[in-house]
Amino acid sequence: MNRRIRRHPILEFDTGRARVHITVNGRQVEAFAGEPIAAAILAAGIRVFRRTARLDSPRGVYCAIGRCTDCVMTVDGTPSVRTCVTPVEDGMVVESQRV
Amino acid sequence: MRPETETELAVVGAGPAGLCAAIEAARRGVRTTLVDENPRPGGQLFKQIHKFFGSHRHGAGVRGFRIGEELLAEIERSDVRVLLDTVVFGFHDDNTLGLYRGGTVLPLRARRTVLATGALEKPLTFRGWTLPGVMGAGAVQTMINLHGVLPGARVLMVGSGNVGLIVAYQLIQAGATVVAVVEALPAVSGWHVHAAKIRRLGVPVLLSHTVLEARGGDSVEQAVIAPIDGRCRIDGRGERRLDVDLVCIAVGLRPLSELAELARCRLGFVAPLGGFLPLHDETMKSSRPEVYVAGDLAGIEEASTAMEEGKLAGLSAARSLGKLSRREYARLAEEIMDNLAELRLGSFGEERRRCKDEILLRYRSLNAAEASAGGR
Repeated sequence: MNRRIRRHPILEFDTGRARVHITVNGRQVEAFAGEPIAAAILAAGIRVFRRTARLDSPRGVYCAIGRCTDCVMTVDGTPSVRTCVTPVEDGMVVESQRV
Repeated sequence: MRPETETELAVVGAGPAGLCAAIEAARRGVRTTLVDENPRPGGQLFKQIHKFFGSHRHGAGVRGFRIGEELLAEIERSDVRVLLDTVVFGFHDDNTLGLYRGGTVLPLRARRTVLATGALEKPLTFRGWTLPGVMGAGAVQTMINLHGVLPGARVLMVGSGNVGLIVAYQLIQAGATVVAVVEALPAVSGWHVHAAKIRRLGVPVLLSHTVLEARGGDSVEQAVIAPIDGRCRIDGRGERRLDVDLVCIAVGLRPLSELAELARCRLGFVAPLGGFLPLHDETMKSSRPEVYVAGDLAGIEEASTAMEEGKLAGLSAARSLGKLSRREYARLAEEIMDNLAELRLGSFGEERRRCKDEILLRYRSLNAAEASAGGR
């Protein structure tokens, strides 16, 4: 499911941004270079970013400004990266973690 | 000391308050360094696509992101050194800030500092509040207005303050259906013009209602709401289930006062302005004489007040460094204080003004107490 906003009365989003690809839990996801990883993941219709270690409870994006750490994932092997404030780079491998 | 590790004025936070503080100080010849942890300056201005209120002098009728673009152009033209992607994690007794940038720690010694760290959305806890699909309203605003991503199709908005009402409207602009806005109080908390705008589009604003639960397997599929009375008792008979995939929480903001606390600025709890905040005088000086504060950190208000407070903090810091005459400072400060007084008129403004007066009184009694105790 694609959750990109196509038409908006005030804003335009698709002008001149480079399209790249990242891998999210093995799935190929289209993204715009420089947008937060979390935006690309939500745009692809993925809502569960990680699961908690003890209760296996799902977590997604809560604050989107890098404060709450609900959206952390493993990015190119580095764990606990805040995906809402980390920009997309072409070819990134992003994986859910259990924390 | 290497020049890049010292500055006359450090400004922490490049939102509306910090940008204005830096611009104003640099204009008076203060060597200024502006630090922000984000890759781009502007704070939350760029997600504000609605037109501002107030008088034309305060940018009324101009959309928030346009104001942001103007401020960025001014910063570009100024001599301000801007350090982006840089986190301030420490504040030492000798006024050295600890910076973290690109995996490296750097010191920045500053004769004066303006803290303009902004605010954080308050969460609301209820059954299911951790489910993906329960998001802060500001977070949703970031996703739709900055990144062009709509995180849900059918939305319950919790809270009818200005953030809740404006984001509800912006969700509709982005193509979502807002199923309802619930408000625990018996009256709309924000401007009625914003409430009227979404009501005209058929969105029910349910007063004396709250959210009881977010339901779903791995993400929100339903929300349960119910009426409450004046003492927050739930009336289970009126319980209703709504088919939504996004629950937006807009129950207020709190000042991001951690760095101010680390700098040993004295804090005070002022509930209507969001909670703990650094006490300050009318020139925006904190209890630590080298540190000034501005914007949402100094009490949750609006971008327009944040900009005026930022200018004032920048000027006050410049004055304390001897960069402008007493007379010049008095003239400029008075103008800004008049603007602030004007922005704090009206039913919502009056309370904020009263709180600001209370902060001033507490600041003065703090200083009096410490002076009589013989210490700083």
